[in-house]
Amino acid sequence: MPLELKGISKSFGNLQANNQINLKVGKGEIHAILGENGAGKSTLMNIVYGLLQPDSGEILVDEKLVKILEPADAIKYGIGMVHQHFMLIPVFTVAENIALGREKSKFGIISFAEIKTKIKKLSDEFKFDIDPDAIIEDLPVGVQQRIEIIKALMYDAKVLILDEPTAVLTPQETDELLNVMKILKSRGTSIIFITHKLREVRAVADKITIIRLGKVVGTQLPSASQEELANLMVGREVDLAPSKAAFNPGGNVLEINDLSIFNDSGRKVVSNLSLNIRAGEILAIAGVQGNGQSELARAIVNLEKHKSGSIKLDGKEILGSTVRDSLRAGIAYIPESRELDGLISTFSITENLILDVHDLEPAASRGQLNRSYISENATTLVKEFDVRTQSIEANSSSLSGGNKQKVVLARELSREVKLVVAAQPTRGLDVGSIEFVYEKLLAERANKKAILLISSELDEVMELADRIAVIYKGEIVGVVDSDVSREKLGLMMAGIK
Amino acid sequence: MITKFFIGLKKNALLPFLSFIFAFFIGGIIIVVSDPVIMGQLSSPGKFLTSAASRIGNSYLAIFQGSIYDVNLARESGFFRGFYPMSETIVTAIPLLFAGLAVALAFRSGLFNIGAQGQFIFGAIGASYVGFAYELPPLIHVPLVLIAGIVLGGLFGGFVGLLKAKTGAHEVIVTIMLNYIASLFILWLLKTQAFLREERQDPIAPEVNSSAQLPKLLGGDLRLHLGIFIALGVTWFVWWLLTRSTLGFKFRAVGANSNAARTAGISVPFVTTATMFISGGLAGLGGAVHLIGTEYALTAGIAGSIGFDAITVALLGQATPLGTLLGALLFGALQTGSRTLLSNTGTPSEIVQVIQALIVLFIATPMLLKRVFRLKNSIESKSMTAKGWNG
Repeated sequence: MPLELKGISKSFGNLQANNQINLKVGKGEIHAILGENGAGKSTLMNIVYGLLQPDSGEILVDEKLVKILEPADAIKYGIGMVHQHFMLIPVFTVAENIALGREKSKFGIISFAEIKTKIKKLSDEFKFDIDPDAIIEDLPVGVQQRIEIIKALMYDAKVLILDEPTAVLTPQETDELLNVMKILKSRGTSIIFITHKLREVRAVADKITIIRLGKVVGTQLPSASQEELANLMVGREVDLAPSKAAFNPGGNVLEINDLSIFNDSGRKVVSNLSLNIRAGEILAIAGVQGNGQSELARAIVNLEKHKSGSIKLDGKEILGSTVRDSLRAGIAYIPESRELDGLISTFSITENLILDVHDLEPAASRGQLNRSYISENATTLVKEFDVRTQSIEANSSSLSGGNKQKVVLARELSREVKLVVAAQPTRGLDVGSIEFVYEKLLAERANKKAILLISSELDEVMELADRIAVIYKGEIVGVVDSDVSREKLGLMMAGIK
Repeated sequence: MITKFFIGLKKNALLPFLSFIFAFFIGGIIIVVSDPVIMGQLSSPGKFLTSAASRIGNSYLAIFQGSIYDVNLARESGFFRGFYPMSETIVTAIPLLFAGLAVALAFRSGLFNIGAQGQFIFGAIGASYVGFAYELPPLIHVPLVLIAGIVLGGLFGGFVGLLKAKTGAHEVIVTIMLNYIASLFILWLLKTQAFLREERQDPIAPEVNSSAQLPKLLGGDLRLHLGIFIALGVTWFVWWLLTRSTLGFKFRAVGANSNAARTAGISVPFVTTATMFISGGLAGLGGAVHLIGTEYALTAGIAGSIGFDAITVALLGQATPLGTLLGALLFGALQTGSRTLLSNTGTPSEIVQVIQALIVLFIATPMLLKRVFRLKNSIESKSMTAKGWNG
């Protein structure tokens, strides 16, 4: 047994993050740990990797009791970890990053030749195709992740922890990663795969441990059904295929004609794009990240500066007006990064809920904030959108990802809106929160709002959309109905009509 | 025990408070080390320790007496006269407070206004001219002078904001340059016909008319003037602006996360310009109050190092209005107390500047304080939001 955990407990203040957790990881086993955000998965892994110390419990490596006080100990015992947020230096080369922190030097000189050969060897073994001299920041996220994996393997990891590895990957990259995991497994490496994505778990895992509220609530085999796993994880029945009201579109709400967008360095990122969305319709833009869909969403609310063409909301031209006027014209905007663009982390939930309307009646009168209204507003919205928080005065940084997104949704949907622009609205969220986001979007659809959904999750696109527009290199490859096959969509996303 | 007491203090105030204590501790060591007589007694430790302790004690007592209440002065000329140092402390603190508020406000919008010095000078110029060139009833004249200070300081600061909003020019560089411009401009201005005093050739402007002077509050040679109420009023105003007004909400939003503020429809260029205008206006008002409260006549050195000390004061006050008020009072006391230090104790008055510098150093290094006082995560500085070069 390469790794065994016995009765691990850890609490932070009143919060019991881990409660008597037992876990056995066999040799060459892919052991998935499934749980919602905040269930205690990351705490547990940080304990294994020496970033946190447990309050009680034992860690056994190869049947021997060990103390892991810091990551260096973990590495010594053959435990490697690929973090959700990569620990790479963007301006260094691949080889430099891998050499970092474990430089075996002779008289102060690092032997890069040796490191490069080793990288090449590992890279070939997994068909990674990594150039040791490439600069990290020039590489796609998927490749950066492979470098993290190689880094862990260079330490001869027997147990590899992958923390939410697919959160940042495109569908293709995800499939490739799952293959790599299978190869690693065949080499005898054990993998702890932390995730909340059911499809992936069922595709690769040998064993699934489900954690909820810091406790192990079940151990399943991959043959378990999606519903079974989801129910265990969330602790109640979940509905991943929400019921949609009958499709009954009204007139055009959004009409985009011949829109071109240029980035700050003048490169065209969206070219001559035209599309329309009707009332009561969800149009999804599907595409691999970085094909102009982010810029498209931002352009609609005029966050992108350099653009040409026409964007009409209810027949009125909004291209070129200010962000403020675009939002007030009736657009709800759910930005791609809720941490960066959606919320102010040092502001309270209350304040975040009025970011857009803080200077309008009734939130303010004659230049002064109306504090009683603002706090009532927060109380109502927090209840309506089921934001889980200790207090409405808590900073938004104290919220989990799902609750952060609920705050953004609550703010944006509480305005009078005609169009909802939702960019990657479920990225990094747990099942319960995803379900909630779907419900809200579908409610808006039933209320005859037009919805532009931008997503790189194929399942999501096919589940929610009435029509799907596939974007590739800033152009719409085609618009198809939602009953299209995954294969066809995949091909279109690669630019093939 | 001690740690418990510290944690009981409000988290915001803990860092400045500990910095203060620690700076005085290190200051004491420096007082001893820099004195050759005391150091010469090192061979007999008993004697060395007594004279070191008495020197440090006397020096800090002298700073206290020189800044709060002077017992000797009271014995000679009555109980009330003993408050002379405190009056001086407050008079010194008033301009520091205005300029400190200017820096603090900009901090909260994510801007680092190094230019309080220049804005202060321009405020004083405006006040000086309106003060000596016109003859008006005091109730009209004083407000007019103050408005002149606000407008000139505001324009001098607002220009920086506009430049940043339109071209992205970094406010730190621009304000540093404008400080030079201001101090050279005032030199030139004092030689022009308009600002030349009759029968004088040296660079000093005429005194403002008595109708433009702020009345003294206590009479005698106590210089405490009406400006204290203006200063307290403005402190309240900045607090209201930041916490209660929609404009301040925009300021704080942009300061804390300009991306999210922009996404929610707040215009960042507007906030940058407005912040720098108001910030400059506050510093300019400080210049005006300083001029018509204590100086009366414009000189090239009118601002001293007030605009620079203001940065420290705002830092000490964690960029909050109340904190800045306390910071300004502390600095006012230190500077006033240093005046009699050398004559009374033989300790060089520059030690006060060393202590001021140490306070800044310790505030900037919270990790060091945590080590020294063995605190765990109870030190926070969350309201300071000015960013570095790329902000």
